Amino acid sequence: MSAHSETIPALVAAPEPATPEPAIKETNDLTLHCRDLALARGGEQFRFSFNLQPGELLVLVGPSGAGKSTLLDLLGGFVTADSGALLWQQQPLQSLPPAERPFTTLFQSHNLFDHLSVQQNIGLGVRPDLRLSAAQWQQVSAAAERLGLSEFLSRLPTQLSGGQQQRVALARSLVRQRPFLLLDEPFSALDPALRHEMLKEVQQLAHQQRIGILLISHHPEEARGVADRIALLQEGEIRFCGSVSELDNSANNDMARYLGRRS
Amino acid sequence: MGRLPTHITRSLDVRSLLLLSTLLATTTAMASDPLTIYTYDSFASDWGPGPKIKQAFEKQCGCQINFVPLEDGVAILNRLKLEGKHTKADLVIGMDESMLPEARRSQLFAPHQVDMTPLALPGGWQDDTFLPFDYGYFAFVYDGDKLKHPPKSLSELASRPDLKIIYEDPRTSTPGQGLLLWVKQTQGEQAATYWQQLAKKTVTVTKGWSEAYGMFLKGEADLVLSYTTSPAYHRLAEQKQNYHAALFEEGHYRQVEVAAQLKSAHQPELAARFMKFMLSDEFQSLIPTGNWMYPVTKVALPVGFNQNETPAKTLNFTEAEIATGRKAWLQEWRGAVSQ
Amino acid sequence: MNPPLVHKTWWLSGAGALLLLGVCGLGPLLALLHEGGLGAAPLWQDAYLRHVVQFSVLQAGLSTLLSLGLAIPVARALHRRHFPGRSLLLRLFGISLVLPVIIALFGLVAVHGQQGWLPRLLASVGIQTGSYLYGLGGILLAHLFFNMPLAARWLLFSLEAVPAENWRLASQLGMKSGALWRLLEWPALRGQLTPLASLIFVLCFSSFTTVMALGGGPGATTLEVAVYQALRFDFELDTAAQLALWHLLLCGAALALHHQLAAPAPGHQHSSLRASRPDTRHWLGLCIDGFWLSLALLLFIPPLLAIVTAGLKPQLWQALTSHQLWASLLTSLQIGLGASLLACAISLGLLFSSRHLRQRLGRPHAATLLESSGSLILLIPTAVLSTGLFILLLPVADVFGLGFWLVMLLNGLACLPYTVRTLQPALQQAVLRYDRLAMSLGLQGWSRWRYLEWPLLRAALGRAMALAAIFSLGDLGAVAMFGSDELQTLPWLLFQQLGSYRLDDAAATALLLLLLCTSLLWLVERGFGDPR
Repeated sequence: MSAHSETIPALVAAPEPATPEPAIKETNDLTLHCRDLALARGGEQFRFSFNLQPGELLVLVGPSGAGKSTLLDLLGGFVTADSGALLWQQQPLQSLPPAERPFTTLFQSHNLFDHLSVQQNIGLGVRPDLRLSAAQWQQVSAAAERLGLSEFLSRLPTQLSGGQQQRVALARSLVRQRPFLLLDEPFSALDPALRHEMLKEVQQLAHQQRIGILLISHHPEEARGVADRIALLQEGEIRFCGSVSELDNSANNDMARYLGRRS
Repeated sequence: MGRLPTHITRSLDVRSLLLLSTLLATTTAMASDPLTIYTYDSFASDWGPGPKIKQAFEKQCGCQINFVPLEDGVAILNRLKLEGKHTKADLVIGMDESMLPEARRSQLFAPHQVDMTPLALPGGWQDDTFLPFDYGYFAFVYDGDKLKHPPKSLSELASRPDLKIIYEDPRTSTPGQGLLLWVKQTQGEQAATYWQQLAKKTVTVTKGWSEAYGMFLKGEADLVLSYTTSPAYHRLAEQKQNYHAALFEEGHYRQVEVAAQLKSAHQPELAARFMKFMLSDEFQSLIPTGNWMYPVTKVALPVGFNQNETPAKTLNFTEAEIATGRKAWLQEWRGAVSQ
Repeated sequence: MNPPLVHKTWWLSGAGALLLLGVCGLGPLLALLHEGGLGAAPLWQDAYLRHVVQFSVLQAGLSTLLSLGLAIPVARALHRRHFPGRSLLLRLFGISLVLPVIIALFGLVAVHGQQGWLPRLLASVGIQTGSYLYGLGGILLAHLFFNMPLAARWLLFSLEAVPAENWRLASQLGMKSGALWRLLEWPALRGQLTPLASLIFVLCFSSFTTVMALGGGPGATTLEVAVYQALRFDFELDTAAQLALWHLLLCGAALALHHQLAAPAPGHQHSSLRASRPDTRHWLGLCIDGFWLSLALLLFIPPLLAIVTAGLKPQLWQALTSHQLWASLLTSLQIGLGASLLACAISLGLLFSSRHLRQRLGRPHAATLLESSGSLILLIPTAVLSTGLFILLLPVADVFGLGFWLVMLLNGLACLPYTVRTLQPALQQAVLRYDRLAMSLGLQGWSRWRYLEWPLLRAALGRAMALAAIFSLGDLGAVAMFGSDELQTLPWLLFQQLGSYRLDDAAATALLLLLLCTSLLWLVERGFGDPR
């Protein structure tokens, strides 16, 4: 059954090769600004600065221990920064609880409540008390359908494959309607072909829904294919951030070393 | 957060109310107020005098008697002391003569108004608070089919190597306390040594008479501390001739069992009426074949009740002697038997 | 520091639970100190009290020695031999840990009492055993019955923790039984012996039910029973208080010692390789193992059989019609239900706060401390706690009237360590797995309870309540202190029936109690999801 059910539903037009320029200033600023967001944790210093724009897929790569998960924890509101600024629409986000921030996070694992059905899991994205109106349940069904999950609505997550489970989580992030999606290597447990499919799916989400996506990846080579921009994180700082073409042209040693290519 | 408490409390409320109501339903007392009498268990039990006495008195007074059975006589006083003024008891039956100093000191009891002229107790009785209702003599009882050569004295009981005995704890039971006094009066300074000797033959020390006697009947021991009148039960109620009381040369300690009403009685009139009832022929005639003790008035004894079992010599301490000595004697016993 | 993540009221539930524990633990202790003073002198001047302390230590020491002495060869034999019924035996050994003491005592009386199976059997071949069940002999026998299986299982698991490769190596090197013992078994067991011994010592030192039922008078009285007697027999509040304080002191010392020596009990290894020992074929070893196993079986199985077969007698039906029996059953169930609700409520109170401390505030030590406060109450023996409560309440209330609630309270407090340990992993799992997810989705308050906490907690809560109920159903300590004619529980009824030697009635009570406990145990293992 898996081969069939893992295929992506034909809902997408051809992907636009959108590569927004990194430094556009808008008057109504929908860009996420992260400036010198700093944290000392476990004897290590972290300091992050970058921007994330609506509709772009930013892939974050870097060796383990460089601070990728720390960055997502900071953004998601699961830890609080010592200093620095996190701004969206000229508004500081740091005092907001996780649920009120403009992010949906997909973790490496445990993105679903194993004791709740697929439908309930998606529905929690609409209202955390699950008191959904008929229209809202309709919304849940639509999101499930979009990700090819219609027939699994009443199942428990443990009855689904790994790819299907992550797709349920993606469906939920759709119904949450947050401008940004933070993905913490959610596909690392999947096999390469499936992982590629999921990445494509994520790319479409970004471009079609105008969602800004920050994707942490362990597979920079794969990410190249879908990323609008790539950021390299090393020793607690973002050392490089630019488009794929910039990456190829740049003489960035860190990136080259990390990617194992000779410059 | 706002909704959490209301929802939880609502669902908890329903359940805890259900729980509480079931619990309360069984713990609250009955609505009508009965006359509550603390007594020892064999008195109140189906085979004791309790049920018939209850029936007789309830018919007279149109009231209810509630017997609360405790392990034994001394336990009654302990319980009253623990409960103090909160006690439910109106009246107690089954303390004995040797407990009078303790009982008096507790100041829990009220004087009775009973005319004591019918009393025919050997040696007489003068007390305005504690009213005798039966008496007897402590003795060790044995099964003649099993024990062919019963001991003839307290000394022999302790020195014979082949005997196994059961007796009652002097801290909880009146027979146990009786033995304590019996030994003290006959052994004097040697009491501690005597107890140590006896300890080697002791199967167990029980909390009350019923427990000890039950174990004896099951064959756990050769002799059990009871009364000279106990064999009468086997003869008259069971038609068994094989149980006897061992008569000892040193004489036998006398026990007078008393009743008293409490100062804190909820039903003082009923209690007083019951006290009077205790010296009536109706009550007293239930004693020999109910409690298997001697009545304190001149009611006739049933045929065959006494077969030369009256001890030749009876022993007892004065109240003053007990008042000064009891605690030390108890500690002497406790120390000796624990060695 | 962490404004969005910290609930303002996180401390409330823990503080409430701690307050209750503090009042219930410290109140009685203060009452005891006030009543008994700190004077140590009277205890050592009184020959009887001195004897009580000596006897407590003596019987606990002997019980420990005997239990271990039998458990070591039995564990070794169980490790060497795989025979039909072995796993059943191990299960029975495990059950003896949760079997209410008073039920087992019924079995022991039925087998070893003067009219029991063994003396009758021996008498029929002309051997008069006399009475050996009351006094030190009986206490040791009972303690051996309870603790030998505990120790044997523990030691067997230690032996099974030795890697199978070691045994194969030993085979290749041609080790004989003696060498195996020296080089493999003894090193595996040695480390476990001290903690095991100290555990058994503590258990026997404060053994109440056994000594009450088989002690037989002041000659064989432990401190805990002496506390009870001083209060209920002599009405000597000061003596009771002093004894209770001594008991607390000595028990605390023994527990502290145990804590010093404690090693984690070995888990049961499900090794795919069965240890192939080279010494299983020799006839002498077979004889030795046979001897020890038979001895263990003779000690352990007949009392269990006696409990079950008692139910086959025709008199059982007569006894089952007793009103008293069913009234006691109802009381026991009510107390058990109340105690388990109380224990779970306090545990949850502690755990919700400790979880917040650990997870959100990053204070794991403080969290552990809070959780272990639930076990602290266990340091205070029941007799001490109830004596204190008694003295505390005596001037202000009818203690016997409150008996029902006090027994419930004491039972509830006494099973806290078990409920905390059962509930903690479930609550912890809820945050470890789902806390960030729940926060990012904004699951709060009722929604969080309904969709996250409750589904994960439900099974553990059921288990914890059943465990607490089993514990409460077997309790004699608290009910002995507050029991009266109005408060009759199943164990207390059984105790009285045993005392007055009404074995037919006792059989019915024991069987009913056994059925209740085993069905609850069955619920724990089966009905409430995955057995951990």
